[in-house]
Amino acid sequence: MKALAARRHHRLAPLVLLLLALLVTGGLYAALAPSPATAASTPTADDVATGEKLFQASCATCHGLNAQGTQDAPSLIGVGAASVDFQVSTGRMPMQANGPQVIAKPPQFAEEETRQLAAYVASLGPGPAIPTDEMVDPSKGDPANGMALFRTNCAMCHNAVGAGGALSKGKYAPDLRETSPVAIYEAMQTGPQSMPVFNDATLTPEEKRDIIAYVDEQRAGSPGGAQLGALGPVSEGLWVWVLGMGLLIGCAVWIGAKSS
Amino acid sequence: MTTTTSPAAKAAGGTADYLDQRTGLGAAVKGLSRKIFPDHWSFLLGEIALYSFIVILISGVFLTLFFVPSMAETDYEGPWAAMNGVEMSEAFASTLRLSFEVRGGLLMRQIHHWAALLFMASIVTHMMRVFFTGAFRKPRELNWLIGFTLMILGLAAGFSGYSLPDDVLSGNGLRITDGVVRSIPIIGSYLSYFIFGGEFPGQDLIPRLFIVHVLLVPAIILALVGLHLFLVFLQKHTQYPGGGRTNTNVVGFPLFPIYVAKAGGFFFIVFGVIALMAATMTINPVWNYGPYDPSPVGAGAQPDWYMLFLEGSLRLMPGQGTEWVIGGYTLSLNVLIPAVVVPGILFTALAAYPFIEQFVTGDKREHHVLDRPRNVPFRTATGVAILTAFFILVLAGSNDLIATQFDLSINDITWTFRVLFFVAPVLAFWITKRICLGLQRKDRELVLHGHETGRIVRFAHGEYIEVHRPLDDQERWLRVSQEPNRPLEIEPAEDSRGVRRKGYRKDVLRQRLSRIFFEDRVEPVTPAELAAAHSHGEHDALGSVHQTHGGANVPELDQAGTDGVPTVTAAGGGRRLAEPETPQQGPGADARNH
Repeated sequence: MKALAARRHHRLAPLVLLLLALLVTGGLYAALAPSPATAASTPTADDVATGEKLFQASCATCHGLNAQGTQDAPSLIGVGAASVDFQVSTGRMPMQANGPQVIAKPPQFAEEETRQLAAYVASLGPGPAIPTDEMVDPSKGDPANGMALFRTNCAMCHNAVGAGGALSKGKYAPDLRETSPVAIYEAMQTGPQSMPVFNDATLTPEEKRDIIAYVDEQRAGSPGGAQLGALGPVSEGLWVWVLGMGLLIGCAVWIGAKSS
Repeated sequence: MTTTTSPAAKAAGGTADYLDQRTGLGAAVKGLSRKIFPDHWSFLLGEIALYSFIVILISGVFLTLFFVPSMAETDYEGPWAAMNGVEMSEAFASTLRLSFEVRGGLLMRQIHHWAALLFMASIVTHMMRVFFTGAFRKPRELNWLIGFTLMILGLAAGFSGYSLPDDVLSGNGLRITDGVVRSIPIIGSYLSYFIFGGEFPGQDLIPRLFIVHVLLVPAIILALVGLHLFLVFLQKHTQYPGGGRTNTNVVGFPLFPIYVAKAGGFFFIVFGVIALMAATMTINPVWNYGPYDPSPVGAGAQPDWYMLFLEGSLRLMPGQGTEWVIGGYTLSLNVLIPAVVVPGILFTALAAYPFIEQFVTGDKREHHVLDRPRNVPFRTATGVAILTAFFILVLAGSNDLIATQFDLSINDITWTFRVLFFVAPVLAFWITKRICLGLQRKDRELVLHGHETGRIVRFAHGEYIEVHRPLDDQERWLRVSQEPNRPLEIEPAEDSRGVRRKGYRKDVLRQRLSRIFFEDRVEPVTPAELAAAHSHGEHDALGSVHQTHGGANVPELDQAGTDGVPTVTAAGGGRRLAEPETPQQGPGADARNH
């Protein structure tokens, strides 16, 4: 305190105070500002109109001018905003190439554009909406209940901690540990590609949030050290041969060479 | 060194004397500490197994202090949020408490598990060494069988321990075991009820597995390890071929102090590597898998690596049309063949191989000098073929991970492995045999013509030759000392009086097998061949050419060549120019032990 008091009249003191004030203001804003990528803001007619233009420019080739679907791609009438948000924000749509499965890639549309596309498709027919922040907040979920639900409903494809797994003919269940809570929620709600739909009757919104809480827990890593991909005994076996036996055979050669 | 002994030395000496006077231990210690063992890094592979087993025992004792082998239901209350308040068995709850609440518990669990994986890995590697060098030959066939039994017991110990935490992954493994047991015709379902104490999973299994895991199997392993080592002492350790090493001696160093220091140090290295892995790498995170419940199965559900071949075998087997219902009874060939017949064949081949080889060669002599793998191509190729089949099955057991990690279709992978399981061992056999024969030819070439030196010599009449350096005695001995394996020659079916000979048909079978084993062979160089090789060509004309290693100091060679290539100015020429042998110390034994 004495040191502080002595420098109270330093000529740079006002500058330091100003910087501190700016830091606090900025920090508070960052903490409290509403995040934009949610359905909290209700779409306007403008959004729908812009969304339609975007749709006709980028999606209509396959999905049809009125999103009615063609022989190449399904109808989007009634899929809801959640489906559009999931497919576009994870980069799966627009689709880059045909393959066993549409792959995730960096998103091709800005968040604003994604919201407008979603608003347009949602205006075509009723469907699941984009979840609110509260619905996907991991801290509000119960990870233990999520673990039980995840084990029964998700782990057979996505692995016990969501590290992903193989499906038939080159398809796969993706790794969930890098997936955003909103996308996880939307995937459960809309059932993209090979995934079944878990509607609100199968898994209530609270249960979905519990699952998100469980997946979120996995991002903390393992208390036992490196996770080795969380792939189970196969990667453990690989490591015991490569690292364990490798090191020990190396040492054995060293010890053997020491005498002769 | 001072002549006055320290109090500690005095005390040690006093204790030793006290014990010696009462037990006569001195003679035994003296004999033991002077026992000679040969030195080679590959002889330490079995030690890795022994030391990891000791680590398993030590860490396992710690785990039993906290583990509760019970399937009684309980609610877990603890620091791991994803399990807090979840209903589970006492076994699983105590594993969680052991991992998260007992100080050092998780480290001990991981040490125990990594050491178990390492135990099996080192056993398999040690077995490979013994197999490929022919160390299983008489008088060590029994020790081969003991070692084989130890490997099977290792599987049993590993599998029973893997199942103890009662998590989803190990429960899946037990469910598969249950299915395999049930697939055994007639007695299957009775056996399953007998093992599980009723319908799977029942209430009895964990306590039963516990006693198998902490008492039964380790006790037998310990006893057999003792016997295994005792036989190594009794029969003496095998040694690699080399000058001075014969069937009647052991060339090496005494147990004390050389091997006491080496082996003692190696124990701490093994412990250190295991502790390093356990401290930095998660193994069997049961808190991820959750408490066992027969309904869920996670993607990537696999057993530990040593059981993975069984998983792979099951995954490869086509399911359709292989389950037959005969008179109301189901015969599950889709489980019986991959899980019982295939491993049965692989393991029987492995256990019986020494006896098969002995029958084929008819060789009843003792062997204490090891074979170089190349010198017995059929055996080496057989070993590689068995390993290849095993490896294909291991890969097939990981087919889903191969699919996701390498972006492949799991269906294509499975079909590829189905074909490879039959084709790859045959290919591996053929390729290995060819490589072995090629190496043997290379050895012959080396013995007959020496090392290429890369030095080109031009003679006066324009001929170029490369200078070859003859092998030294040790190098040559290594390449010529093996006995040639030839197909058996048998006595005719009838003796001189035209009477049919007893045992002729057995001999014919033996001869036929022997042809399969040894028809393709490369004979080692005989002394006559060596002598011929050394005298053929115009070597004698160059007999007076003396060279040293640097290529300088060659009286008859003209060093005037601008690029330093020596040219011969002496008249005459020869196909080969051999450097004189450098004086060798005669091959001799460092120590002998009869």
